[in-house]
Amino acid sequence: MTTAPHTHRAHRAHRTRRALLRALPVSPATILLLLFLAGPIGYCAYIAFTDLQLTGQAESSFVGFDNFREAFGDERFLNAVWLTFVFTVLSSLIGQNTLGLALATLMQRASKPIRTLTGAIVVTAWVLPEVVAGFLLYAFFRREGTLNAVLDFLHLPSQNWMFTLPILAVSFANVWRGTAFSMLVYSAALNEIPKEITEAAEVDGASGWRRMWHITLPMIRRSIGTNLMLNTLQTLSVFGLIWVMTRGGPGNRSQTLPLFMYEQAFQKSMIGYGTAVALLLLLVGSLFSLIYMRLLRTEV
Amino acid sequence: MPVRPTTAPLFLAAATLLAAGTLTACGSGSGDDPDTVKVSFKQSTDNQIRVMDTYLADIKKQFEKANPGKKVKLVPIKAPDSEYYTKLQQMLRSPKTAPDLVYEDTFLINSDITSGYLKPLDPYLDKWKDWDQFIDTSKSAARAADGKTYGVPDGTDTRGLWYSKAIFKKAGLPAHWQPKTWDEVLEAARTIKKKVPGVTPLNVYTGKPAGEAASMQGFEMLAYGTGKNPLYDPKSKKWVTGSKGFKDSLSFVETVYKEKLGPDVSDALDPNFATRVRGELLPEDKLGINLDGSWLPQDWGKGAGHEWPEWSKKLSLAAMPTQHGQAPGKVSMSGGWTWAIPAKADNPDLAFTFIKTMQTKANAQKWYIANSGISVRKDVAADPAYVKAQPGIKFFTDLVATTNYRPAYPAYPKVSTAIQEAMESVTTGDASVDKAASSYDEEVSSSTDGEVTQK
Repeated sequence: MTTAPHTHRAHRAHRTRRALLRALPVSPATILLLLFLAGPIGYCAYIAFTDLQLTGQAESSFVGFDNFREAFGDERFLNAVWLTFVFTVLSSLIGQNTLGLALATLMQRASKPIRTLTGAIVVTAWVLPEVVAGFLLYAFFRREGTLNAVLDFLHLPSQNWMFTLPILAVSFANVWRGTAFSMLVYSAALNEIPKEITEAAEVDGASGWRRMWHITLPMIRRSIGTNLMLNTLQTLSVFGLIWVMTRGGPGNRSQTLPLFMYEQAFQKSMIGYGTAVALLLLLVGSLFSLIYMRLLRTEV
Repeated sequence: MPVRPTTAPLFLAAATLLAAGTLTACGSGSGDDPDTVKVSFKQSTDNQIRVMDTYLADIKKQFEKANPGKKVKLVPIKAPDSEYYTKLQQMLRSPKTAPDLVYEDTFLINSDITSGYLKPLDPYLDKWKDWDQFIDTSKSAARAADGKTYGVPDGTDTRGLWYSKAIFKKAGLPAHWQPKTWDEVLEAARTIKKKVPGVTPLNVYTGKPAGEAASMQGFEMLAYGTGKNPLYDPKSKKWVTGSKGFKDSLSFVETVYKEKLGPDVSDALDPNFATRVRGELLPEDKLGINLDGSWLPQDWGKGAGHEWPEWSKKLSLAAMPTQHGQAPGKVSMSGGWTWAIPAKADNPDLAFTFIKTMQTKANAQKWYIANSGISVRKDVAADPAYVKAQPGIKFFTDLVATTNYRPAYPAYPKVSTAIQEAMESVTTGDASVDKAASSYDEEVSSSTDGEVTQK
């Protein structure tokens, strides 16, 4: 008679209990995450709406959107946004990503010793602490540095790279340092492609470029998206490398957002304003992530 | 296996945490013990430099012996300057983390006073005999706008012109050189440029990469030679804009770099230039005149980074003259550190007793010599053992009488950055002196909420 709803309810209660039991083991982690991740972020978001200073002020007060308004009216902030964009596109989208893919592809065909050697060199650059890498590249680009010595040897005009083209110099530095990551991601992805498919294409007479374009790239599309996203996020937050090489100068010609934020928050003690800038940086990061995820969704 | 895109939010969260983490450092709690005085100090980031650790360990021993039952707990903060300030300010915010005694840079002491982090020391100082031994200008280093004193200075530094005897000889300039005006400094540099090719005639630190060195060793050494209080007017308690002295000082910087009397602009704006000046240019006779601080020999001592014990035979010293030779004829800027008691300290009385132990004449003298500091005490300055401890020490100590302290009020770090930006734009030729000065005026006006006055 009325047994069906009853069993249904019992079934639902059972399901809820099971879900709760299942949630139990992850709850400590969730609580910790909320405490140590969401907590500081929430606090940061709150500070961004105050005029809190590190020192020089007895009490802070709530100022609404003032910090954000100030940022968008500050030409140095806009300059930093532009430079961050240039830096990210040059070093992450174009540099690390393309070079990483190229290296991974070449290494597929290389002999084992060469593969090991190249891998070791590239990964070393990645493993080095950021500050050490910064000093290495500083020594490479400075006026009496390695690059100019090579240019002199080739009878080409030398340049003080960090002075004339600072954003290019730091972008190159980031490519040098970060390519290993892309290379590893792509090597893994390329290994996943079944040999038969490439071989079949080869038998059909497809040239290297066509195979790359029509088979390899579509098959590793997912990895491309992931790699682009991770690279972008990493690059957006690069601080030590630029700080060591140029301090954001000369002028403000290599001052990306993280450096601008540091200057406002810790050199000028304006924690409130600095945090607002950090929040905007976060927004830029999420925006990039959204775009990449969107691109990924349309796949097979 | 390729990394799946679903991990992206996690990475995003991690990036967020990174950003958040840098902005919210947290301190550890500490229990109160009425018999223990907690002393925070800046520990060198270089493990081989233990000057302060050794000195404080010695004072701790003396203090514990003289005050039975009382204990000293040393709380080192190992960080470079700017991070030390940040960490300290975080500690001072809460009674749980505030130590009893802190080492405060005169650069930020007024900011920390305004924040309510520190305790006025006047009730203690009034009853302390040794305070009369401190030179008047140095007493003002830790005096706040409210007229109260918040710190006891443990020495200072002064600044002047270091010049190379060898280069001066080649250029036919006098062996005992003491310029009387800015023009004489520039003339000497022009002579060097003409007669000794291949060397940098004159170094004046400039631009944001040099940071506070540009403001203090560079710009303020000029500006304070153009008249009294060029940056801040103590009477109206306002920051000075539109001053002629400011523009004249910028013009000096412009002249140095436009006429190529200074280092190549790209070198001058290299963040590591100061290290090269001390480690390379001076020891290798590649720099004629260097406007710099009293602490340079620290780097040239035995066991230091760039051992160069014969420096006192190769270099000479001259005071930086005022613009037209107006009284007092020479300029120096001073900074240095002070010992201060946090407003939230648990044992302030005990902390002051510790200061008194550090500042017996013998202990103070020991510290100045160990640290190549410049004495702010009359009794130590007059002691032959101190004067002979290092060449040049008398020269720099004599400058203390006429030295200037920065207007280190809360807005100072912002004003200082604005100075560096103005200097940088005339150094690179990006802006004229007038344009750079007016951007400075705007910047100062906005960062002090319009608390400015025309001069």
